[in-house]
Amino acid sequence: MGNTQKLKRIIATDCGSTTTKSILIEYVDGEYRQTVRGEAPTTVEKPLNDVTRGVVNAVTELEELARLKYNDNSIKFIKDETIWLSEKDGEGVDAYVSTSSAGGGLQMMVTGVVAKMTGESAERAALGAGAIVMDLIASNDKRANYEKIERIRQLRPDMILMAGGVDGGTTKHVAELAELVGAADPKPRLGSSYKLPVIYAGNIAAQDIIKETLGNKTDLIITENLRPILERENLGPARDKIHDLFMEHVMAQAPGYNKLMSWTKGPINGKLVNIPIMPTPAAVGNIMQTIAKINNIEVLGVDIGGATTDVFSVFTEDKVFNRTVSANLGMSYSISNVLATAGLKNILRWVPFDIDESELLNMIKNKMIRPTTIPQKLEELVLEQAIAKEALRYAFIQHKEFAVGLKGGQKKREIADAFAQSVSGASIVNMMSLDLLVGSGGVMSHAPRRNQSVMMLIDAFQPEGITRLAVDSIFMMPQLGVLAEISEKAATEVFEKDCLIYLGSCVAPVGTMKPGKTALIAKLELPNGEVFEESIPFGEVRLMPCGVGEITKATLKPGKGLDIGAGKNQEISCELHGGVVGIVLDTRGRRPFSLPVETSERVPLLKKWMKEFDVYPEEIL
Amino acid sequence: MAQAYSPGLTVTKSIVLKKDRILPLKGKVLVKKGDKVKAEDVVAETLLPGKVVPFNLANKLSVPAEMLGQYLKVKAGDKLKKGQVMAETNGFFGFFKTSVKSPLDGEIENISKLTGQMLLREPKIPIQVKAFIDGIIVEVIKEEGVIIENKSAYIQGIFGLSGERSGEIKMLASTPEEIIKPSQIDDTCKDKVIVCGSLISYDVIKKAQKVGVAGIISGGIDDQDLKKLLGYNIGVAITGHEKIGLTIVITEGFGMIKMANNTFNLLKSFEGHKASIHGITQIRAGVMRPEIIIPIEFKKDELKAEEAKMATLEVGTTIRVIRQPNFGLIGKVTGLPEKLTKVESETMVRILEAKLENGKKVTIPRANVEVIEE
Repeated sequence: MGNTQKLKRIIATDCGSTTTKSILIEYVDGEYRQTVRGEAPTTVEKPLNDVTRGVVNAVTELEELARLKYNDNSIKFIKDETIWLSEKDGEGVDAYVSTSSAGGGLQMMVTGVVAKMTGESAERAALGAGAIVMDLIASNDKRANYEKIERIRQLRPDMILMAGGVDGGTTKHVAELAELVGAADPKPRLGSSYKLPVIYAGNIAAQDIIKETLGNKTDLIITENLRPILERENLGPARDKIHDLFMEHVMAQAPGYNKLMSWTKGPINGKLVNIPIMPTPAAVGNIMQTIAKINNIEVLGVDIGGATTDVFSVFTEDKVFNRTVSANLGMSYSISNVLATAGLKNILRWVPFDIDESELLNMIKNKMIRPTTIPQKLEELVLEQAIAKEALRYAFIQHKEFAVGLKGGQKKREIADAFAQSVSGASIVNMMSLDLLVGSGGVMSHAPRRNQSVMMLIDAFQPEGITRLAVDSIFMMPQLGVLAEISEKAATEVFEKDCLIYLGSCVAPVGTMKPGKTALIAKLELPNGEVFEESIPFGEVRLMPCGVGEITKATLKPGKGLDIGAGKNQEISCELHGGVVGIVLDTRGRRPFSLPVETSERVPLLKKWMKEFDVYPEEIL
Repeated sequence: MAQAYSPGLTVTKSIVLKKDRILPLKGKVLVKKGDKVKAEDVVAETLLPGKVVPFNLANKLSVPAEMLGQYLKVKAGDKLKKGQVMAETNGFFGFFKTSVKSPLDGEIENISKLTGQMLLREPKIPIQVKAFIDGIIVEVIKEEGVIIENKSAYIQGIFGLSGERSGEIKMLASTPEEIIKPSQIDDTCKDKVIVCGSLISYDVIKKAQKVGVAGIISGGIDDQDLKKLLGYNIGVAITGHEKIGLTIVITEGFGMIKMANNTFNLLKSFEGHKASIHGITQIRAGVMRPEIIIPIEFKKDELKAEEAKMATLEVGTTIRVIRQPNFGLIGKVTGLPEKLTKVESETMVRILEAKLENGKKVTIPRANVEVIEE
């Protein structure tokens, strides 16, 4: 880690496909705070074709806002058209770091012998490195070889990661995959002036065969096997190679990035050195893992964008990180695909009024072709949030299916494991043990009422037991992730104080029962001195006031057969953290969550819950 | 702030247009700088490598992969004829030989002694790039393609289907509100680009396909009709590859929406002229919208492309509302208040004040309008 004593002013940017966001982090009164933020359109495409123009614009906005904030016109971050890094106190900034997802981010194809084993490990390595995985080609994926070749030819990825075979295992299948890749002779996405980078991270015994098959045709890089034995993954070396290649090839091809790469610098051990630009999602993974480790908590995060929804999680005692990208679930560009995936019925089940179906279908398509519009009518806001719930729900289903233990290995089973029916390859996502759920992305961060964000998170993710809820208001996590590379202290301090807006906590007993029966006996000593006591029937929602930084002492006893974290029927006493919304007591059931199918039953229930959540103005409910 | 930038679709009676016409792979450029070309002229061509067909030779021959070498009659790089013997076992004293013949005309890409797999490549596929617009070749990019320039009346659509086509403009609708009936499409519409009003139904499209219409321009289309036409729901907005026999350009959006007056009038003033159109749409990084290009007469020295600039929103600017309420209506900006304002959905946004064509005065989020350049 860097010498944080010297860092007083840091600029961090995230160059997204449409917007370049900049933040200023300052060391004020003994702690790091994010003080000013700015943004400008990204300029990687025509007519400007130079990403640094957008960066300079976004940083100029920071400069202007900082001058206003401190009433000091001498503040200067830009000098000679670049970011001014100066070692002199009070001059320029001490460090500049950046992430990037512009130009579609990092797009990869991965291969493995068995899709669910080495294939899945390769996918995990690529996703963890911040890539979008365009396809996984495996020996056993049921497509004919000619179909695989056609597919590889069509894809034009930025790079390919090839895995396959545990060390000393099969070489024949790996060789066959290499032959397919060689036959397809894939061209890189950006420019045909260089060879496509291929990382081989499979069976070491097949390295020579791979060199022979692909050495001339591609820019081949060989690294350690990412699945040396079935029981263990070794994703680090492959991820590092992906990052190196991302910088050397993908970034270097994108307009203006060579210049930007020379700008990103920070002091490490007292010396000003280059800090590599990180793919945005890799930076988010970085900060989430750091936070989970420091606080010893399990975290689930989601970023719902216009085109894609990313889900990040850190679960288990070993703090295993997983990331998935649901490439076609989003709120504008891919909104129509949410409809195709979830179906109209699933979207409408969250809507508390009647709507003409063809009108809704046209509305969704119009949002797709004009992605920057915002709902002016209340009805349209309700509909967009209903669609968001389904997009989030499906993205989470995909995440749960992906975030699993290793498949195919032999597991030493204890007696307890046998009783728990644990199997290899089971999802490690455990909503009961989850501590913190973080939402981000336009529909979540810009919801007119924070209560709406709470409702979307709860309805889509259905947290169990006790879970803290938060939103990353301006999606600062990418910048903090790359900042952690030079100063973990600065990154975590800002994360705690400025990045998250805590919404409150959700209490939800797991299980189901008949409506009307008592699902939760709650006694809450609220911060205002009031004591709330209620036997809450099944199928209800309560929202209790408890502000940011406040704590409510709670005694919670689940109804018969239900579990709130300590086991069925077990009472717990705990402290619940407040937030801008408060504490939600949710007795609508989990596994399954009950929502009546009949409209005549469902709509009154939705209205009742929405009133209790205080999500929409009365006139629509 | 008295003005703001806003995205808009271009609708103009005269613009200097530059079009890159580039091959997918390096090849041969057939024209030279200064040449005058027509839309249908081929300007560059190349040969795409043929499809690769894997063929497990060792299996077919029933021999282990490592022994394959001794039975081969061909080698990597050889040209092949369909039915040609590629490998043969010795058999017993010349009898009971097993031979394997080529399943195709083409060439041998590779023979793996490790897996026993052979990769055959089908013959190359010729690809041609046409000019797409009438114009002058202003630049030749060696082995890759050309840049063509012309002066055109130019309309950007919001959404479209299928690729490049050209044809004469024929007005079917007499007003921008009109909804065309299938019976209005007859043989006189063959090879034409027909202009409809506020909506085209599934039946209209079907009839147009039957008659052989080159392209349809319409204000709106219904989502359900689109699904019926394609047989699937469009999930993400990437279009242009649909094989539906004609090109569709939608100028306003989904549902019944009156075509903007200036779009309609511009098309009307060019009735009988040749138009090049495509429906290629991509909304995301690298935005692409459908285009209607109507070449007009020009002198060489008029070809000076203006610098790309963003449309400006100021008092007096003509706008189109692109989201409910008042979706599709045209109006003029009357005010641009600075402060964030709460709209019905309680969202705090920057708004503008406008007077709509129906006389109504409204406030609209700035994000929900498009500038119409006049």
